[in-house]
Amino acid sequence: MKSPLEFRDPERARRLLDALAHLTQDRERDPISVMHVCGSHEQAVARFGLRAALPPGLDLIMGPGCPVCVTDCPEIDEAVALARAGLRVATYGDMLRVPGSGPSLADVAAEGARVDVVYSVTQAAELARRCDEEIVFFASGFETTAVATAALLEGGPPENLSVLSAHKYIPPAMEIVVEMPGSRVQGFLAAGHAATITGWGVFEPFVARQRRPVVVAGFEPLDILAALVALVGLVRAGTPRVVNAFRRCVTREGNRNAQATLWRVFELVGGRWRGIARVPNGNLRLRPAFAAHDARRRHARLLAARAPLPAAPLLRECRCGEIMAGLATPSDCRLFGRECVPAEPVGACMVSNEGTCRIWHQYGGHPRLAVSASCSTRAQRGAGGCSESARR
Amino acid sequence: MSRRGDDGRIALRHGAGGPAMRALVSSLFARGAPRELPGGGIGLGALDDGAALRVGDRWLVFTTDGHVVDPPFFPGGDIGRLAVCGAVNDLAMMGATEVLGLSLCVMLEEGHPREQIERIQASIEAACREAETRVLCGDTKVLGRGDLDGVVLSSAAIGFVRKGRAPVRDCTLRPGDEILVSGTVGDHGMAVMARRHELACGPEEELRSDVAPLNGLVEAALAAGGESVVAMKDPTRGGVASALAEMATKSGVGILLEEEQLPVRPAVRAACELLGVDPLQVANEGKALFGVRPEQSDAVLAALHAHTLGKHARRIGRCLAEHAGSLILDTGFGRRLVQEADGELLPRIC
Amino acid sequence: MCLGVPGRVVEIDGLVATVDFFGVCRTVSLQIVDEPVAPGDYVLNHVGFAIRRIPPEEIGETLALYERLIELAAQDDPLLADLHSEIEAAGRPPGRSDEESA
Repeated sequence: MKSPLEFRDPERARRLLDALAHLTQDRERDPISVMHVCGSHEQAVARFGLRAALPPGLDLIMGPGCPVCVTDCPEIDEAVALARAGLRVATYGDMLRVPGSGPSLADVAAEGARVDVVYSVTQAAELARRCDEEIVFFASGFETTAVATAALLEGGPPENLSVLSAHKYIPPAMEIVVEMPGSRVQGFLAAGHAATITGWGVFEPFVARQRRPVVVAGFEPLDILAALVALVGLVRAGTPRVVNAFRRCVTREGNRNAQATLWRVFELVGGRWRGIARVPNGNLRLRPAFAAHDARRRHARLLAARAPLPAAPLLRECRCGEIMAGLATPSDCRLFGRECVPAEPVGACMVSNEGTCRIWHQYGGHPRLAVSASCSTRAQRGAGGCSESARR
Repeated sequence: MSRRGDDGRIALRHGAGGPAMRALVSSLFARGAPRELPGGGIGLGALDDGAALRVGDRWLVFTTDGHVVDPPFFPGGDIGRLAVCGAVNDLAMMGATEVLGLSLCVMLEEGHPREQIERIQASIEAACREAETRVLCGDTKVLGRGDLDGVVLSSAAIGFVRKGRAPVRDCTLRPGDEILVSGTVGDHGMAVMARRHELACGPEEELRSDVAPLNGLVEAALAAGGESVVAMKDPTRGGVASALAEMATKSGVGILLEEEQLPVRPAVRAACELLGVDPLQVANEGKALFGVRPEQSDAVLAALHAHTLGKHARRIGRCLAEHAGSLILDTGFGRRLVQEADGELLPRIC
Repeated sequence: MCLGVPGRVVEIDGLVATVDFFGVCRTVSLQIVDEPVAPGDYVLNHVGFAIRRIPPEEIGETLALYERLIELAAQDDPLLADLHSEIEAAGRPPGRSDEESA
């Protein structure tokens, strides 16, 4: 029972992969390097096993697109402090296990703090309506998610709900990455869902300044592969422009209604992204008009009173920032696989399912999942296709 | 010990069926426990689905199971049915299909409505009839309001392996062996998650737990395959991923799974997409995984198909000499490693 | 960039829609979607909010676009340089342009 919205035909995928192999056949020793900046793109790539299928002449790097990975330690420490002070904290599942300078929300929950996992900000609001106590919603995520928070705040939130905003805005981070010394990124896959909100027009100034192509991509396997074909083509031709390959959801102007909501509630400020140091205009903070529901103002005393957590010494050696910027690989980091493993993560790249380090840890590096042995027995039984063939 | 300074505390992931739980059990509860018992029996150290003891000319298998499920009633079953089937299925996974009986320990919270307990008891009785067994003994405790969450059940079960057969292990896979699953995956976990996250279904599609006693199905498989059925495990907490990871690691083989062969009901697939969850990591309570020598896998598959609980059985993978301990999924587009969930399954937003 | 799932609107009650996602239903807020939405429409959902109505004609055109990309990649590079206009030309009905051509 396939939905018309699924673009997962393996046959077309095979042909798109062949197209990519054809376009990069002369680049094996000097691969074309492109970056995506979206956790969900990485999730889709990993889930469908696409990286193992990409040709060796193409390097798809994961940039700082996982909001879990870039939420800075002090922001997590704030949420943890409020939970420890006895407030009930609601959080998206993705953030639950990310350690700050000290413990994660999951850790303090094990100590007795009350932490609720919610699927949406609406659920946090429902929780607040159902009880009398203060609820703090730890609002992580990029602009797509921030729109939901904004909509809730404009729509008459419950009095006992406040928002601790760790929301971020991705376009400035792309600039930072491209300008880092040693950056090899030749083109970007832009996140399709964020672009649904912002429109693809926001990338035009970036392309004009940085002279690198941007292709807006969806999240189905065919969406990603087709966008890569378009992007590699543009890189090879040296054509810096924005191409929208996710037309069913993205237009040039985007969703004006959502944008208006977003900017009425939030404003951009500079701040630190975990591992990437300073990103000007990359953090979304609540405007003064929403002070009553801004956890940083409402619970200012509690936040000021907390004992500052010393930065975990290992964090100083963490290279997540360079890894997210595509300047280093996980194996370049001394902690990788030793002090920093999925069960005991140091940096967020190891915590998040989409973090590069986590994925490398699962794969043992760049995935090479070759399997020997014949498939003839299975083919004879007709028990489904054998898919070794030329794919490594 | 945790490096982050929060040593010595139990976390939710210690109960999630994955690597953290196995580490806790082997380092704490099973420390020093022998893998093999005098007379060749299977002991605690093997961390199999149960223990096996030689009694006369037969093998007796002994297991225990605990149940805390929220909500206690869900589409397709309830905590009572879970308690019976959980224990019966642990026995079945060792090849003990003749269930002699169960014990049942019932712990209740003060204030819990008696009517609910009666419903649970009715479920227990029905499940016992299906498994052709009975509750032989039990214990009851009531704790103060707030000291326990509703109802906690703990069951133990004893059963015999059919005469002439040996208990079936989970560490005996060889390269070339084939992996069969008895039916659709992810049903139970998604039925429970759907309740928690308020997912409704259309009338054609339904998220229902698959909780069922498997001893009859396993008996059919063993009758058809005999000693060619070399390994069995039920994919409960942690799903197919955890069960196969454990079998692969213990056996020293890799396992290649074909995603296209994995039977998943459309409603389960949809719910998984919606919540960002991998069906391979979702709990099942009425399914079995079989490792079968390739020469006999057709016969075993046919026997499964002939049984009510095995209609959707499929061959989903095979064992490899390389990538020992790993599960590789062929997605139809490429390949990836299958991860075990390290803790409770959480819906993703990103 | 975050988990966005497409589904089909089953019914609407004020600003709340019941949406069928591959057979499973869930309620979704219509507060921020930028077009009127009717039962039968497809919407893209993110954390409980519909963020976009998906025009049904675009769904079919997506496949046409991907076919075109495959063809282009097999040909010579000069055509790829004109990729932008190729994508515009693929399946775009004449006269509609909510996208600027560069």
